[in-house]
Amino acid sequence: IMCASAKYNTRGPALIPRMKTKHRIYYITLFSIVLLGLIATGMFQFWPHSIESSSDWTVEKRSVHDVPVVKLPADSPIPERGDLSCRMHTCFDVYRCGINPKNKIKVYIYSLKKYVDEYGTSVSNTISREYNELLTAISDSEFYTDDVNRACLFVPSIDVLNQNALRIKETAQALAQLSRWDRGTNHLLFNMLPGGPPDYNTALDVPRDRALLAGGGFSTWTYRQGYDVSIPVYSPLSGEVDLPERGPGPRRYFILSSQMALHPEYRLELEALQAENGESVLILDKCTNLSDGVPAVRKRCYKNQVFDYPQVLQESTFCVVLRGARLGQAVLSDVLQAGCVPVIIADSYILPFSEVLDWKRASVVIPEEKMPEMYSILQSIPQRQIEEMQRQARWFWEAYFRSMKAIALATLQIINDRIYPYAAISYEEWNDPPAVKWSSVSNPLFLPLIPPQSQGFTAVVLTYDRVESLFRVITEVSKVPSLSKLLVVWNNQNKNPPEDSLWPKIRVPLKVVRTAENKLSNRFFPYDEIETEAVLAIDDDIIMLTSDELQFGYEVWREFPDRLVGYPGRLHLWDHEMNKWKYESEWTNEVSMVLTGAAFYHKYFNYLYTYKMPGDIKNWVDAHMNCEDIAMNFLVANVTGKSVIKVTPRKKFKCPECTAIDGLSLDQTHMVERSECINKFASVFGTMPLKVVEHRADPVLYKDDFPEKLKSFPNIGSL
Amino acid sequence: MQTRKKYIFLTFLASWLLLFLFGGDQLRRFSFFSGRKAEARRNWPRWTDRSLLKSFADAEELPRDGDPSLLSPRERRAAWLSVYAQSRCRMETCFDFSRCEKHGFKVFTYPQERGQPVSETYGKILSSLERSRYHTANPEEACLFVLSIDTLDRDHLSGQYVRNVDEKIRSFPLWNGGRNHLIFNLYSGTWPDYAGDLGFDIGQAILAKASFDTASFRPGFDISIPLFSKEHPQRGGDRGWLYQDSVPPRKKYLLVFKGKRYLTGIGSGTRNALHHIHNGKDIISLTTCKHGKDWEKHKDTRCDKDNIDYERFDYQELLHNSTFCIVPRGRRLGSFRFLEALQAACIPVLLSDGWELPFAEAIDWGKAAVVGSERLLLQIPSAVRCIHPERVLAFQQQTQFLWDAYFSSVDKIVHTTLEIIKDRLSPHRSRSRFLWNALPGGLLVLPDFSTHLGDFPFYYLQHGYSPSRKFTAFIRAVSQAGSLSQPILRLIQAVSGSQYCAQIVVLWSCEKPPPPSGKWPQTTVPLTIIQGRRQFSDRFFPFEAIQTDAVLSLDEDTSLSTSEVDFAFSVWRSFPERIVGFPTQSHFWDPEQGRWGYTSRWTNELSIVLTAAAFYHRYYHSLFTEYLPAGLRELVDGLAACEDILMNVLVAAVTKLPPIKVTQRKQHKELAAQHAECRDGAAGTPPPGQRSPSAPHSAPAEVKGTAGSRRFSQRQDCLNQLADWFGYMPLVSSQMRLDPVLFKDQVSVLRKKYPSLER
Repeated sequence: IMCASAKYNTRGPALIPRMKTKHRIYYITLFSIVLLGLIATGMFQFWPHSIESSSDWTVEKRSVHDVPVVKLPADSPIPERGDLSCRMHTCFDVYRCGINPKNKIKVYIYSLKKYVDEYGTSVSNTISREYNELLTAISDSEFYTDDVNRACLFVPSIDVLNQNALRIKETAQALAQLSRWDRGTNHLLFNMLPGGPPDYNTALDVPRDRALLAGGGFSTWTYRQGYDVSIPVYSPLSGEVDLPERGPGPRRYFILSSQMALHPEYRLELEALQAENGESVLILDKCTNLSDGVPAVRKRCYKNQVFDYPQVLQESTFCVVLRGARLGQAVLSDVLQAGCVPVIIADSYILPFSEVLDWKRASVVIPEEKMPEMYSILQSIPQRQIEEMQRQARWFWEAYFRSMKAIALATLQIINDRIYPYAAISYEEWNDPPAVKWSSVSNPLFLPLIPPQSQGFTAVVLTYDRVESLFRVITEVSKVPSLSKLLVVWNNQNKNPPEDSLWPKIRVPLKVVRTAENKLSNRFFPYDEIETEAVLAIDDDIIMLTSDELQFGYEVWREFPDRLVGYPGRLHLWDHEMNKWKYESEWTNEVSMVLTGAAFYHKYFNYLYTYKMPGDIKNWVDAHMNCEDIAMNFLVANVTGKSVIKVTPRKKFKCPECTAIDGLSLDQTHMVERSECINKFASVFGTMPLKVVEHRADPVLYKDDFPEKLKSFPNIGSL
Repeated sequence: MQTRKKYIFLTFLASWLLLFLFGGDQLRRFSFFSGRKAEARRNWPRWTDRSLLKSFADAEELPRDGDPSLLSPRERRAAWLSVYAQSRCRMETCFDFSRCEKHGFKVFTYPQERGQPVSETYGKILSSLERSRYHTANPEEACLFVLSIDTLDRDHLSGQYVRNVDEKIRSFPLWNGGRNHLIFNLYSGTWPDYAGDLGFDIGQAILAKASFDTASFRPGFDISIPLFSKEHPQRGGDRGWLYQDSVPPRKKYLLVFKGKRYLTGIGSGTRNALHHIHNGKDIISLTTCKHGKDWEKHKDTRCDKDNIDYERFDYQELLHNSTFCIVPRGRRLGSFRFLEALQAACIPVLLSDGWELPFAEAIDWGKAAVVGSERLLLQIPSAVRCIHPERVLAFQQQTQFLWDAYFSSVDKIVHTTLEIIKDRLSPHRSRSRFLWNALPGGLLVLPDFSTHLGDFPFYYLQHGYSPSRKFTAFIRAVSQAGSLSQPILRLIQAVSGSQYCAQIVVLWSCEKPPPPSGKWPQTTVPLTIIQGRRQFSDRFFPFEAIQTDAVLSLDEDTSLSTSEVDFAFSVWRSFPERIVGFPTQSHFWDPEQGRWGYTSRWTNELSIVLTAAAFYHRYYHSLFTEYLPAGLRELVDGLAACEDILMNVLVAAVTKLPPIKVTQRKQHKELAAQHAECRDGAAGTPPPGQRSPSAPHSAPAEVKGTAGSRRFSQRQDCLNQLADWFGYMPLVSSQMRLDPVLFKDQVSVLRKKYPSLER
């Protein structure tokens, strides 16, 4: 079975066999044939389509009034009333959805018909503007299928958004004669205004049997949790009025009520609040003496003052959304659009998309009984939180309220998540506004675990041809008690590694991996041979680190397994003159990076470096043969939001014995190159993830006046 | 050779071209002629008159939704009370909120009646309730009531089944139709259908029940709890089995199940099919027919072979070595398996249709489990195979977090139940879903402290906040001298010299009134004096006066320099959830005495930072005072020199991480004049020299005088009592100390930012 996304290549960089010229021509021929075939098929696909659409062209130019008319006999069957016990596992036919690599349900829309009763009187308005928009959105989405046999979900084109605009029995009959109705199984109805006088039911009264209902205004008694979807009542003002997002800062009113048809009892309570708290509470009502031509919906009045609606909502911190005859109110959408924090007073109301949206972050819900305490409740909310709620409210509107398309797609996504729960959209994706998504990190190693010491670490030595120095490193590192395996990455394709017998004999397994290409990124490949969580990346010329120093580094890494733990630290600085980042290797009081010439880190970051490095950084590093360590520092800091840990006083890696200081010396070009890397990476990451700190880690008793022999790590080297 | 190939190539080319030409033509014609048929195969039409369509509700209708002739809201709510009762209960109709207003959220447990034994498990639940900070012995104060009648096992075939519950509860004067009552239940119904029937009328009581099915669950009212065994620990609880984040996160087996196969009856649908997915390699699904007395009667052809396979694998071994564990329904919807898999970090694959998942009101199970469908059992292998390793890694960690936060002990299960109910009482002061599902978990986050994430020490990174740039110095003064002592004056000077100091708060814990304001030194930052209640736990009271995120806790005789404070604060800003401080001590397990030992000697490790000089987040004051039960604070007030250990234990229990030691200046042991303490020695206030960071290496054994050794043994006692109360030892050891980057390096002093730390 093909997994769409499960790619976890564990094999090393493969050796690509040299093609024999003899075979080459075969390959080329084969390739060209395949290519031609592809082009041809592509054109097949393309051509007929354009013809089809041109043949449909006349059809497309149709009016809603030209759709076929269906006459419903008076005795045509009526579905059962909605079944309150329905759940996905009892009333939904999941076999229709099947398993598919994209984990997307397929939605079919019935074609539009006009339904009339026996006397030719129409059952309802054929279709409303909003329902047409909704169906268009579904049809344009990746959920859509035009093949009724492949569909998992069916959406009737019968418009039931507003119960008042339809005849209940006849609409039910129309539903029942849909070609795949089957007791309403897998059918989805959208309704925003349910119920009617006098009792205003909180769910659509049209008998609908097992059909799912996406309803605006459910109460806890009619909402079938995990089956129905609670949707907003769309406010047409969303499309008409452009309200730019208002930034944080004080607003003129604290509480505002803008609804026009409040029950007198509620209005009395609100007025009592106003009397108590003065001008910070504004209770608006409809305007009585507007001149003709001014749309009443766009004005609100308080005494003789006239306010523009919905603009006035932006003047208030909190906006009251009270229930009316129905629980769902279109004003909620206006309030969210204005970035005003809704104060929702509607007992038992199921908030829109509450299955996935965390309304506590965007609104205040107050029980009806507690209306008199509203002012003090709201005052207890910290200002910083109010600002976040305002931002959150606006985000909910932008993402899930602003258009019928947003409402339709969110509804389908919720149902999709139920059917493919293992591919469901996460809480964060649903709820975090873009600003939060951007500024926050979600650490892949979030659980505070201190890995067991017994596991040890794997040392990965990247080497080219300095065999003598390599052997010394191996001998030195093998003295570290917690070393569990040594892996030599032989990066030289022109030369074979020394014979087995020549390698130093050490107490832990030693493995040599040969690479296909001399690339720096080979050092950070997640080799299968690395079986421990902890990896010590070490260059083949780092011989100055003492065993105590390395063991201590490992112990520190255990306390910070999600960080880079290294020895010499480096710093990035903002160069005000050049207006760009600068690499600093001076001995400063701060660090923001550690060199990976010798550093401990979690194996997970190897995986990230190899497969998830943003942009072209990985190739860029391989091409420039430099800065792989800076790239690793960026990557880890970006994904964890945390600083590196520099251990011990070590400041440089130049070994005094080494006679020839090779290419990577601290000369001027090197510094310029390193600075360039930082600037390049910062632009690819779109931010500067590195964190600057003033501390380093030393053993508890480091340089304390205490007998050395009693110290765990007495032999810590100097600069 | 070459030419031949060329020909072959050309032939191919030509045939492709021909195919394309003819085929294209064919296809074109086909689609043209089937134009009628294609009508059904197209997108939703773009109607020519779509802009003329009427809106679903006309402009006036939407804002005027309201009918003054309707029932008034008050009448409607009154009417609801009678309509929405019993099986349709909701908080607003079946719960009396007014009971919780005066005294807050208090829980009363009925006194146990004689001759009315309760099961071990129910005993644990009752004692968890009594250990809760919400417990009250006075029914008048109570908001929530819990019966002393054991209602856990309502299978009338069971030995634990209590008879005549109806009669008994009706005789309780407090019962009141079950209003504001909470009833716990683990097993309901019996063979053959195991229906949700409890065998008595629960009336308007909230039901906290295991294996809840969505059909009988009253949303927002009842609570689904996990099924746990009678061995489930009262407190503490075993930790999860994930010790490391392996990469790749896959274990030996992909998916395992080992359990009974029901041949007949409820639940057999799924259990009878599980063996189909067994592949003997990475998917192990073993079933046995052996259960009940008469299994051989229903035995089928598979049984014998299955029974043999079944014995070949060990359940524990499978749990430890599998990435995913199937958790199917049994006869009832929930099973022990669920918690077992959760603890084992074996990602539960739930096959239990219609199960209201435990604490689903708070917990987002989609982050920790795969909620499968019983009907799609055969798709499960391919579905879990396709879950991306990154997601698997996150799932594994989330199982461990949830296990540890809400399930690992009876205490946690009961307290989670209580907190969920408490959150409903004032929705505006409740935890968001985020708080429940992020570390350290809902129980450790007090909405009464704040509902803003930025006010807690835990969420800075996840939400892109940073801790405040200033701190409050909080000095506890106990000296009796009428005038201020030299050390405190020096301390105030040093601390106020820090550019990050926002304010100084002095907690005056002496009988004598504090010196008049004129006697206090002039400082650039505001100085507030609070009169304390002279109790040890006082120093961690969440005083209003503390306004910054960071608190620098100090004793009056602590000696610190400005640069030490500055450096420690810069470290704290990197670790805002931990205690960051100077003098440290450590704990160890003493196998000879079989108890925890404590040492203040110089050691290579540390696990306790003395709060005589430490930075921590002010939220820990609230946790200390409000989260810990009163009994624990009384313990601390009784034992001298225990409150800072408790603080360390608390923070370690919350973070699971060790505290952080920063470097401190070496000083000559200050031979400070012995201050006369405002408490006498018997109360155990330590001699000042000992507590000051200037003398960290005075080993307890060497301490002269009885006060010192008494103090030492008291601290050891304290440590053991706390470990007992928590049910485990939360303290974590560290082997490192944080120093300035250039600390004691052979670098010019002029380069160094904190040169004075090296003296």
